[in-house]
Amino acid sequence: MTTTATTPSPVVNQIGLSRAEYTGASSTLCNGCGHYAIANVIIDAVYSLGLDPTRIAKISGIGCSSKSPAYFLGRSHSINSLHGRMPSIATGATTVNKELITIGVSGDGDTGSIGLGQFKHLIRRNVDMVYLIENNGVYGLTKGQLSATADLGQKQKHGGLNEIPPIDLCLEAIIAGCCFVAQSFAGDPKQLQTLIKAAFSHRGTAVLNIISPCVSFNNGEGSTKSYVWGREHELPLHEINFIPLEHDQIQAEYEPGTIRDLALHDGSIIRLKKTDQEYDPTDRMAAIRLLEEERSGQLFTTGLLYINEERKTVVEREKLVATPLVHLPDSALRPPRAALDAVMADYL
Amino acid sequence: MQRSVSTFEKGTGMIINDFSITIATVNGAGSQTANNTLLRAIHKMGVPVSGKNIFPSNIQGLPTWFTIRVSKDGYLGRREQAEVVVAINKASIKEDIQTLASGGICLYPDDLQLPISRDDVTFYPMPVNELVKQSGAEARLKPYVANMVYVGTLACLLAIDLQEIESALAYHFKGKQKALDLNFATAKAAYDWAKVHLAKTDPFQVERMNRTEGTFLIDGNSAAALGAVFGGVQFVAWYPITPSTSIVDHLSEYLTKLRQDAEGNASYAIIQAEDELAVIGMVVGAGWAGARAMTATSGPGLSLMTEFAGYAYFAEIPAVIWNVQRMGPSTGLPTRTAQDDILAAYTLGHGDGRHVCLIPGSVAECFEFGTMALDLAERLQTLVIVLSDLDLGLNLWPTKPFDYPDQPLDRGKLLSADDLTRLQGEWKRYADVDGDGVCYRTLPGTNHPAAAYFTRGTGHNQSAGYSERPEDWSANLSRLAKKHDHARTLVPVPIVDLKDGAEIGLIAYGTSDSALQEARDLLQAGGRATSYLRLRALPLESQLAAFIKKHKRLYVIENNLDGQMRALIQLHVPADADRIVSVAKCDGLPLTARWICETIAAHETKEQP
Repeated sequence: MTTTATTPSPVVNQIGLSRAEYTGASSTLCNGCGHYAIANVIIDAVYSLGLDPTRIAKISGIGCSSKSPAYFLGRSHSINSLHGRMPSIATGATTVNKELITIGVSGDGDTGSIGLGQFKHLIRRNVDMVYLIENNGVYGLTKGQLSATADLGQKQKHGGLNEIPPIDLCLEAIIAGCCFVAQSFAGDPKQLQTLIKAAFSHRGTAVLNIISPCVSFNNGEGSTKSYVWGREHELPLHEINFIPLEHDQIQAEYEPGTIRDLALHDGSIIRLKKTDQEYDPTDRMAAIRLLEEERSGQLFTTGLLYINEERKTVVEREKLVATPLVHLPDSALRPPRAALDAVMADYL
Repeated sequence: MQRSVSTFEKGTGMIINDFSITIATVNGAGSQTANNTLLRAIHKMGVPVSGKNIFPSNIQGLPTWFTIRVSKDGYLGRREQAEVVVAINKASIKEDIQTLASGGICLYPDDLQLPISRDDVTFYPMPVNELVKQSGAEARLKPYVANMVYVGTLACLLAIDLQEIESALAYHFKGKQKALDLNFATAKAAYDWAKVHLAKTDPFQVERMNRTEGTFLIDGNSAAALGAVFGGVQFVAWYPITPSTSIVDHLSEYLTKLRQDAEGNASYAIIQAEDELAVIGMVVGAGWAGARAMTATSGPGLSLMTEFAGYAYFAEIPAVIWNVQRMGPSTGLPTRTAQDDILAAYTLGHGDGRHVCLIPGSVAECFEFGTMALDLAERLQTLVIVLSDLDLGLNLWPTKPFDYPDQPLDRGKLLSADDLTRLQGEWKRYADVDGDGVCYRTLPGTNHPAAAYFTRGTGHNQSAGYSERPEDWSANLSRLAKKHDHARTLVPVPIVDLKDGAEIGLIAYGTSDSALQEARDLLQAGGRATSYLRLRALPLESQLAAFIKKHKRLYVIENNLDGQMRALIQLHVPADADRIVSVAKCDGLPLTARWICETIAAHETKEQP
């Protein structure tokens, strides 16, 4: 009896790519680093959405988080720029090529300390991108200094306790006018993946503040950026599902009043199943109140904090032609000889 | 109410088309229209003319001076003294009278008490208040209309054609008939008044020539903007800073006219950023994504762009910065000119690295380099800095019409998805395939599985992978140095004028050119023949070394104190370094021919007594 060797056909997504085709270089992050967990969630999200990796642009600043784009989506262009300057790079790149699907990866130092200004101005402009903050409250590459999101009383490796209050990046985002603000946890990949998928469908800047423990410098007892703290304190606002546009939008049976569907700009849907908490993520003041309460009570609320699909993006405001600027032929860029002649005639 | 016109001994004859007029006013008093009207009218009479606005860093209230140089010989540079002064400003009138050239004239409003008098100056009062009252102008327009009084009075005294005054006003008001009528009527009333009441006793006169036909007046910032528009600029980020802001104002104006479709959709984007850090980040981001991207800034802004300048050099991303130089260090004198960012611009950034710099010396070159900078940035995949200055950028200069670019846009070495298919996906971002140091790049969004690479400011190998290997690092830096050498062959060559037998070689760049032409004539008149080389770019190229070899004594003339370009030239030709003398000055004003001539003559006397 002979057996025929068969190669099992690889599992592929909607556009015929395997998950392996969404991976990146091997990681040089510490074992157990929250950033690496997030990199894997990004791969899963993009793979299962069936996004074309060649249309994605990965943009980052400087720091452990900003290195991580090397470890996912190897078929996507990436730019690892300067400390705190990812937002300006993203603004330029997305404005001239609106077809790019842009993921910015930053950290709490990159966004909350050196880059706070650019972060807020990017949000004001509503640059169309997913902005991930991998928040661990500490500088890892320089070995354990305090960042702008460090807890009150957090210990520095070399001397001193933090005595100044942390910056709440979700609050900063909402106040700056952000229309998609979510908080999640590297230790909750299921929720995180759903939020990342929804963020891709949002029109404008989608900010995800992800608590991403630094196993080397800030994962100790009492740290609100540790795995243990996150697991013990995470309070999901809702059970969240994302239903992409192409998906058969099956109407399951739910108890009346237990489900809320939020339509995204591209027709996809965020489906929220209520938990014990009453929370309306379209109410901006509710989000601000919640974050203030969280701040004073050292709570860790996760989920979609605020969403609004109405604000114009930078590309819409600038009234650009339909074709992305970088795809315009040279003939569309240089006005004809007659145009120069006319300008010269005006001067003469 | 009239004063008697003081008279003094007349000169020996008329002085035709060879004098300067300084109009001393208060900043914010709306004298720009009046001054440009005079400038344009004289230009239209066929007489070479240039204007320089010496203004304060202030919105309203501080003294400001506008100097019009009328020069039959076509000299456009600044002169130290004016022969004709219009003294409107009470705060500066004493100094304005004191600095007037001997034998000059002073026009002043008749209600202004003259603080001093001079026997060698003719004073002409002007009934400004009376004529403004007669004009019937409403209160808010009165200060503007008042300026027309000196326009009309000067036109009468200097024989500037009143019709040309009217045409110049019509050009300015572009169809606003009421404004034209009101202003011209006042200028005409002043002209008529002067004809009757002022006895001309001075020798200064404008007479028609035919030296400006086919030319027009434009400022360097307008020309730069126009050049960028015809260079196909797609993305502009900026932050307001004097004296560069008007580049973006004009970009916006021309792009709106020339680069929007019928529905008003734009083939470009202009973004005002929160600071210059963000400006250059946006420009680099747009350049990385494949757009022709630029900004305009000045000294302090350039300082803030330092880190990204090094990044663009090392990660090899096209970007263009127009740096309209002003007086530094620090905030310095924001409204005064200098050529003082040469070293800063060339070496902007930490670590090794040099940038391609273009240095326009005329408004025509502002236009030409506006296009060229965008081409070179993409050809060389690097930052290109254009070093203009306030004198060139903000003042009006005569020029022939600009030439339409004769070459297509140079988009540099780009690999498309089709190219990658042909190459079977085999390519390396930082491999020097052609041996010129310039590698091939792909743009984000290129639809090919092998298109992506990782752009970084960290150490990298040919495949753009992170590398700390010493051999990767030094190979990469050496290739970048090779690319810089390749740039030497692409940047605009110097303009050289060799004089037979001249032992003196003059080297200058940028706006100093206007004073240089005249200084050479002055030196020649003193029996000193000179050759002249005008640099137009960095890195320095081979013609410069040949020029230096040809001459015994060399002078580098520049508008900074440290002799910045001279230092670079000395590094470029170390064997000749001790023969290269610095003629450098920085006081916020453009160099004058007389100062250049006297400084060089003094040095020559010392060398060759």
